[in-house]
Amino acid sequence: MNNMGQAIHLKKEILVRIIKAFLSDDFERQARLIPYDMRPKGMEVPYRCCVYKERAIIKDRTIAGLGFPIEEDDETVSLSDYAKQALERTQISDKNLTVLQTACKGCSTNRIYVTDLCQGCVARPCQSTCKFGAISIINGRSVIDDTKCKKCQMCVNACPYKAIVKISVPCEDSCPVGAIKKDETGFASIDYDKCINCGRCTAACPFGAVHERSQIIDILKAIKSDKKVIAMIAPSIIGQFPGNIYQLKTAIINSGFDDVYEVAQGADITANTEAKEFTGRMEEGQNFMTTSCCAGYNQLIKKHLPEIKPFVSDTKTPLYYTAEIVKKEHPDAITVFVSPCVAKRAEGFENPNVDFVMNYEELGALFIAKKIQILDMEESKYIVESSKQGRNFGYSGGVAESVKKSLKDEDSIKPCIINGLNKDSIKQLKKYATSGVCEGCNLVEVMCCEGGCIGGNATINNQKTAKKLIDNFTQNSEDISKI
Amino acid sequence: MAKVEVKVCLGTTCFVMGGSNLQELNDIIPQKYGDKVELSAANCLGLCSINWEYSKAPYVKVNEEVVSEATVEKVLEEIDKQLGN
Repeated sequence: MNNMGQAIHLKKEILVRIIKAFLSDDFERQARLIPYDMRPKGMEVPYRCCVYKERAIIKDRTIAGLGFPIEEDDETVSLSDYAKQALERTQISDKNLTVLQTACKGCSTNRIYVTDLCQGCVARPCQSTCKFGAISIINGRSVIDDTKCKKCQMCVNACPYKAIVKISVPCEDSCPVGAIKKDETGFASIDYDKCINCGRCTAACPFGAVHERSQIIDILKAIKSDKKVIAMIAPSIIGQFPGNIYQLKTAIINSGFDDVYEVAQGADITANTEAKEFTGRMEEGQNFMTTSCCAGYNQLIKKHLPEIKPFVSDTKTPLYYTAEIVKKEHPDAITVFVSPCVAKRAEGFENPNVDFVMNYEELGALFIAKKIQILDMEESKYIVESSKQGRNFGYSGGVAESVKKSLKDEDSIKPCIINGLNKDSIKQLKKYATSGVCEGCNLVEVMCCEGGCIGGNATINNQKTAKKLIDNFTQNSEDISKI
Repeated sequence: MAKVEVKVCLGTTCFVMGGSNLQELNDIIPQKYGDKVELSAANCLGLCSINWEYSKAPYVKVNEEVVSEATVEKVLEEIDKQLGN
């Protein structure tokens, strides 16, 4: 869950307004007016220098909400034109993130900086500790030569006055694969060849500058058409909205969908298939196997860690199996996956059975725009009830547990958990891959986000509460062995 | 002394706009104030549909006082004020 209170509030408000504009009689005009409605003439300016800048930034954010890349905007195209283009487009993009560059300007470049606290001491530990000769003493004070500095931070740790600091760029620091960088112009940009769509940068930027390119207009268009539209809700959705998932089903149907499937239904298939595969691999003498349900991890394997592929389970993701079932039962339907994170957008794009992806924030915005009170809804049952373990897929440890419970011999499994991909855990995975051994463990559960899917970038509830709500709900669900 | 009544809105709008985080109050309030404060969840206080709309959600009512864009800290501050702390 994203901790950037005001930035995230703003993003959600814009989504609500975009949906309301779509539902109004005049989408194009209402879309154009969003920045003016949110920052009317005479209003006190909350964040920026003036109301005009505020509106310009809201316009950029609205462009992302309409599904377009902000980087390509030349400022001459009005929001009504974007709205029109959104209505006309028939394809979505595989580039799921876009950066609001006007917000980047305020953020300093990533570097090591000597502050005024430098006392110009005699010992000069900073200078002696630097392996790159980047520190010299000018006018009795330490000065860093940025062309030589490798940002190793040895001097930061060496200074007894704590006078040297690392200036952070939160998006860069949060990215586990070095895919987002502030370039020479001072703007952050994303290298899509490297990006694993983990969404950390969207949650890390205090300016809320990294946006998901929303497919909400495409989804609303599908709902408005006479086609059947079916929502598939990720297991981690339990606890993300008021009420239970049966009331949630009614709420989703009332917001325009024709039916709702639990992806936990597919998770049960994943768990059972993965358990069989695990037994087979162990019998063949493989030392360990990793899970394969996390979309961020799958992108990591493809783009940065191909050497681990032989150890990764060939079992498909819960979304894969669910979408396959839905398309088989309803061949003409349009499928929408309701997701906690941006990584699943990438998976959805690659899977022909998944037509669109909407995240929890977008579903929340749809409820707000349609004035849907979930707590007032009757309960609707799912055609297939999912198991306790399938419904627990969304938190760290849940996947390994479900595989364990699906095994004939539960004791044959020794799981270990990679709870979040970062530079260290990626290094660890690389070690397992190259050595072919994972000490003391034979099933590695990998979750891209800390905490699992309940820590996804587009979640609404905080992890602690969400986990508690999932546990409360699933204690009454059937055990996977009985499904 | 009369109890301070705290009502947290669990309407969809408040919940989605940040009210989900206010569930932490369930643990904090009894611990901090014992039985001096009575906490309850309300199914939409109707505040989002009046004049500020959703942009000021989530809402919490502390007695008759409305806390808009409510956070755990803001709610505790208002409770302290009403208790005369």
